[in-house]
Formats: sequence, structure tokens, C-alpha cells
Amino acid sequence: MKTAVVTFPGSNCDRDMWTALRDVSGREPVKVWHGDADLPDDLDFIALPGGFSYGDYLRSGAMAANSPIMRSIVTAANRGVPVLGVCNGFQVLTEAGLLPGALMRNAGQTFICRTVPLTVENSQSLFTARYEAGEEIRIPVAHHDGNYFAEDEVLDRLEGEGRVAFRYAENCNGSRRDIAGIINASGNVLGMMPHPERAIEDDHGGSDGRRLFESILGELV
Amino acid sequence: MKIRIHVSLKPGVLDPQGRAVHHALEGLGFAGVDDVRIGRLIELDVADDTSDAALTDMCEKLLANTVIENYRIEKVAA
Repeated sequence: MKTAVVTFPGSNCDRDMWTALRDVSGREPVKVWHGDADLPDDLDFIALPGGFSYGDYLRSGAMAANSPIMRSIVTAANRGVPVLGVCNGFQVLTEAGLLPGALMRNAGQTFICRTVPLTVENSQSLFTARYEAGEEIRIPVAHHDGNYFAEDEVLDRLEGEGRVAFRYAENCNGSRRDIAGIINASGNVLGMMPHPERAIEDDHGGSDGRRLFESILGELV
Repeated sequence: MKIRIHVSLKPGVLDPQGRAVHHALEGLGFAGVDDVRIGRLIELDVADDTSDAALTDMCEKLLANTVIENYRIEKVAA
């Protein structure tokens, strides 16, 4: 299995993501730079990490969504390659049009950095198969712009199609309908604000994020 | 040619920043402020033959996020 982690200028969770993928897959992920035009061949999984790509200039994720590597990532995602975007990676995926909606400034205006309870809404997806539906898990969040917004009809469609992967058990940022993570229509792209890569071993204070990587990487084995 | 792109949050989209500033204005004793919405002004200096279509394209593809924002293109008299 061949995985990759993309680094944009200002990414700061790329190393954690890389370590999580290595630990769970047993193989070192490829490091991809934002300025690369092409992705390595035969990638099985691409992760966009958290951070503050391009200093959050213009809007969080807006500049990264237009970086050279994103054209290849959009092509790969449309071809069915699984893509995970965490935090800033989620913002990049919405800005790139791979996921609907937008991430706005937290309703409380403050940066939130703490471990929060999430409810697993869909346990049938590529990314969540190792969880139980309705299960409550604890995953850290660390963001200023995590307030998920989409129009009502988009939210209805996401819910109707089982594309809400995770909700906040306690809404921490004003996200509409408590949405913490969503999946695209074909089921191969997940964006989420909480950081599963920061919860893969007990020394992290919890390992509830590990099963997300086991789900996706297990499916690919 | 100088262009101003006015980017504003769509009506109905909550603006926590605007709300906080609204509270602050009230705290300073300014009465009669019903609402505050915060947007962004982007100034461009472009070639004179830049088409309206190209300016619209710039807004749609990058300068505004049309999921949550409206934009208005203003040509500034030289």
C-alpha cells in the first residue's frame, strides 16, 4: 500500500499524519510538496494535513486549493483514490470543490484546542467501518475556522445520503447541525475538523482516532 | 485600471465577527446600530483591456467563496 501526505507552506500536522499512516500501514508514506505538479504513481491514499497553509491568506484553505498539486489531487479523487482532509485539509477540500460547504470562523470567535466528544454517524464508509454507528469517541480539535456552513438543501442531502461521518456531541464551534466531518457523494473523500492523527496511541491521551486509519488502510490491504 | 472587489457574507450567513464588533460598539455607547457585517475589500490594478468576464472569473474562482460570500465589482475612475 502506498500512502502520501501533502505538505503546503504552513502545514503543521503533516508529520503527525505521516507518523499515523506509517504506524498503522507499516510503510512509510510518500511526502508530497504543494509545488509538485504530479503525484507519485499508484497512490492508494492521500492525506491533507492540518495547519495554516499559506498563512490562511484570503480564506483558510483558499490558496492551497489552487496550488499546483491540488489539480492532481482533484483528478485522483475523481478517479476514486481515497482522500482524507483533516482540519486545514478539510478547508482545502471544500475550497477545491471536492466537498460541499465552507468552514467559517468559530461562532465563539476563539481558537478552540481541546479534546471533544464526537458521535460516529456513519459506520459504513471507507473511513469509519471500524467504528460502531452512534458510538461516541473522543478526538482533539484545534481550529479557529471550523464552523461548518452549507445551505439547508445541501445539509438535507448530506444527511439523507448518510454523508455526515461525524457530529460534535457538544457543538463547540457553531457548525450547522453539529457537523464535524462529511464524505463526498462517491464515498472516497472525507473532510473533518477533528484530528484523528493526534489520537492514535494511549500516550496521546486516547486512541479513538486510530480506527479511522485502520478502517481506510484496512480496506485497502 | 483600478478595480475594487467588495466581498461580503451572504445574507443569512452568521457573522460572529460582525456580532462581536456590534457588541463592542454598543459597549462604547453608540446607540442605534442595528447590525454589523464585516466583509473584505480587494483592490486590483489590472490592464485596461481586462474584460468583465475575466474579473467575474477571478471572483468566482478565487477572490470570493460563493458558498458563503457575495461579491461586487467596482471600477474606480482614474
